[in-house]
Amino acid sequence: MCAAFSILITFGIIYEIGKEALLFFGSPEVNIREFLFGTRWQPQAADFGILPLLNATLTTTLFAMIVALPLGLGVAIYLSEYATKRIRNLLKPVLEILAGIPTVVYGFFALTFMTPLLRSIFGTDVVNIYNTASAGLVMGILILPLVASMCEDALSAVPYNLREASYGLGATKIETALKIVVPAAISGLASAVILALSRAVGETMIVAMAAGAGAKLTFNPFESAETMTGHIVRISGGDLSYDSIDYNSLFAIAITLFFLTLLLNIASQKIVKKFRRRYE
Amino acid sequence: MKAPQFSPYFENNLKGRQRLGGVWMNIIRAMTLMSVLFLAVLLLTVINQTFGYVIIETELSPEEIIGENRTFSDFNKLELIAILQENISKGRFSTLEREKSMRERSRDEVSDLIYLEVLQPKIVETWKLWDSITHADEIRQEHATNYPKAMLIFKSWLSSDFIRSAQSSKPTEAGVRTALLGSIWSILVTIVVAFPLGVGAATYLEEYAIDNRLNRIIQTNINNLAGVPSIIYGMLGLAIFVRALSALTSGQIFGDSLTTSDNGRTLLSAGLTLALLVLPIIIINTQEAIRAVPDSLRQASYGLGATKLQTIWHHVLPNALPGILTGTILAISRAIGETAPLVVVGAATYITFDPKGLFSKFTTLPIQIYQWSSRPQVEFQHLAGAAILVLLTLLLTLNRIAILLRNRFKN
Amino acid sequence: MTSIHDSDHAIFADHLSVYYDKFRAIKDISIEIFEKKVTAIIGPSGCGKSTMLRAFNRMNELLPATHTEGSVRFMGQDIYAADVDPVEVRKHIGMVFQKPNPFPKSIYENVAWGARINGFKTGLERLSMDEWVELCLTKAALWDEVKDKLHKSGLSLSGGQQQRLCIARAIAIQPQIILMDEPASALDPIATLKIEELMRDLVQEYTIIVVTHNMQQAARVSDFTAFMNMDEDRAGVLVEYDKTETIFTNPHDPRTEAYITGRFG
Repeated sequence: MCAAFSILITFGIIYEIGKEALLFFGSPEVNIREFLFGTRWQPQAADFGILPLLNATLTTTLFAMIVALPLGLGVAIYLSEYATKRIRNLLKPVLEILAGIPTVVYGFFALTFMTPLLRSIFGTDVVNIYNTASAGLVMGILILPLVASMCEDALSAVPYNLREASYGLGATKIETALKIVVPAAISGLASAVILALSRAVGETMIVAMAAGAGAKLTFNPFESAETMTGHIVRISGGDLSYDSIDYNSLFAIAITLFFLTLLLNIASQKIVKKFRRRYE
Repeated sequence: MKAPQFSPYFENNLKGRQRLGGVWMNIIRAMTLMSVLFLAVLLLTVINQTFGYVIIETELSPEEIIGENRTFSDFNKLELIAILQENISKGRFSTLEREKSMRERSRDEVSDLIYLEVLQPKIVETWKLWDSITHADEIRQEHATNYPKAMLIFKSWLSSDFIRSAQSSKPTEAGVRTALLGSIWSILVTIVVAFPLGVGAATYLEEYAIDNRLNRIIQTNINNLAGVPSIIYGMLGLAIFVRALSALTSGQIFGDSLTTSDNGRTLLSAGLTLALLVLPIIIINTQEAIRAVPDSLRQASYGLGATKLQTIWHHVLPNALPGILTGTILAISRAIGETAPLVVVGAATYITFDPKGLFSKFTTLPIQIYQWSSRPQVEFQHLAGAAILVLLTLLLTLNRIAILLRNRFKN
Repeated sequence: MTSIHDSDHAIFADHLSVYYDKFRAIKDISIEIFEKKVTAIIGPSGCGKSTMLRAFNRMNELLPATHTEGSVRFMGQDIYAADVDPVEVRKHIGMVFQKPNPFPKSIYENVAWGARINGFKTGLERLSMDEWVELCLTKAALWDEVKDKLHKSGLSLSGGQQQRLCIARAIAIQPQIILMDEPASALDPIATLKIEELMRDLVQEYTIIVVTHNMQQAARVSDFTAFMNMDEDRAGVLVEYDKTETIFTNPHDPRTEAYITGRFG
């Protein structure tokens, strides 16, 4: 009935994308090893190595994590251990709003604020107009509320009597928070991190607008580079003829992306389940 | 302070610990503050782009048309139409007449036409809000020295004209009407498709499905689908709706050649793709809402001899309605802001006509913002800022409605 | 260890009252607890026994909107004085809770952690942490049972063992006084007996104050007993405080007698 529909969707995704990807891999100019390990992506030259795109995805993700993880955890600790009701009622809506702003607005923000800021700090000859650092940092702001709310859930789930025991031993509030509560909540926190990774990997608009066009393998975050998602958007936004190898290559990237995020999502669920019974 | 404790085993380290604790507290407070600041900075950046001084030059000045010391308000509508006719080409006049006849247009509309078509304003320089406030004198100086014959006005790029105008390549005339209508239409399609399917699936999973392996797999499936990046849904939409089902989505199957595109890149495809995207959200939220309905309600209904279907339809679903509505509005908010999947599905890069139906080409508000942001000219950045404010207002309104509905139905 | 000034009471509460918001939970309690003795606090449930116990190491202020009147003197100082840090108070006055709450760490870490953060000194002619952990676990009558599995999680122990671990953890910071809030009520009878034996052993080194709803336990284990009751406005008051023998064989107050003969509570 209706529920079977949902199974249809998953299979639909795997089937369709798989179908197109298979077409891609089936064509004579391509082999899987080159796809996974090749370092150049130039369809015209029949180079289909995904590494430049993957590398850009990882770079932006890294920058996003640098922003979102410490700040998210910090906010979560503040919310769960210290905040009064008044502060909570102020802070939580702010986080919800941040989470609800469409990613295209964040892309705009990256272009009009973050990139000029980076350029003025590090110099316009160091920082390109399109660069992965800017996109990554703004992505971090996007993901921050997700990390904060998941970490707060994890911290709040730690039963109060653990904190009580710690205070009874003459520990300060911050010692209790950092040395007892956070380690006790580690499974939930790890799950939050992995979920954040998954979100960052799949993010499209911010990188499409601010990171740059054109696949390039570079470790310099101030240079422009294209991520997997950015590439898909750019190519499909242009003229695309079906059954061309370009078209099929998009699906190969898409299926890589799908499995990557799927793996991350499953990992995050498994971690929570495996370590859940730790408290009692 | 307490008298120091002489113990061979412990040293009194409390002061150091409290100091270190203070440092950590400040770090954590600073982090929290930063997060709030991010929101402020983001909004301010958008606002910064949306308002500011502009210098507008016109190809012709009013004096050249109607002589010195006269303004357009001196003339009545018929006279204005005459002025218009005199100064533009015949072909252009007939085009304007066809779009909307001079008789139907108001006096002000004709006046506007003269401004746009005859005087042909062009924006030569713009400033952001912060610059406009802090460097007002320098701006005026610049205006006086470089553009003495042009106008310096403080413009709000967000205006009612902005909302009512269609898309255009000229920054002075561009508006979001096309995109806004596209967004609204596509969301309607999404809701019409996703709401019944989603509520139905959730009802099945919560009320009918037995706890066996298959249903648990389905449940895990749905939870995973909620975490799939939106661009993948775009690819799916591309492969299925645009390509495989293109006969259906382009309307060719219905033989409606007027509103047909030559391919499946239509509003219908967009709406369906978004429906796939929001379906897991609706399902999960509805499930939670149904789960929250107390079992005693169901028991009471059965006790009165009602069937399962009657119980669900008359008791469970109405009781779960606030939660279901909240979930739906969440889904709508998400869908309205989505850009990537629709770009993949083939939102048009440049259309100037309003969407004429399910089978027409389309663009949406986020896509408009994306495109404007990508243009190098500064004016388009301002327009993007204005469009963002429209989008955010839309989302805020939705959010308010959600809260209102939830509170109303709770009682 | 240090000598306690102010004669040999360990704690001297003077007109102590504790409020949760506007509600007065315990009213005007004055009591002298004696050093190196086991003092039991008994009374019907809800009469404020735990509140009074927690007032002795300022644990009440962890809850929002509580405030305390009166004074509690320990080591010649009022622990509620403005310049006293409650964190320091708790190093000297430790606590064991009703439901065993070991940290989700190893057994070793459970004992070592408190000592470490309180500045446990190691080095030449001092005990190593390993030795200190062994010493504390031995005093808590747990060493033999866990010496081969110190790295295992504290949660892998049985209920009674966990509680003894919590006691070891508490004595690892070398308090003068150990407060116990119904330490055996969540345990089976055998584990309960072990805890009671432990109390008699520990009292040679520490002052012990135990809240219990089990009168027989109070009679078995304590040297002094305080009986608390609720008065008309539901505040807890101290009805009678005396040697345990006296309380249970020849109480002065009729309310005490009514309680211990089971007529209420």
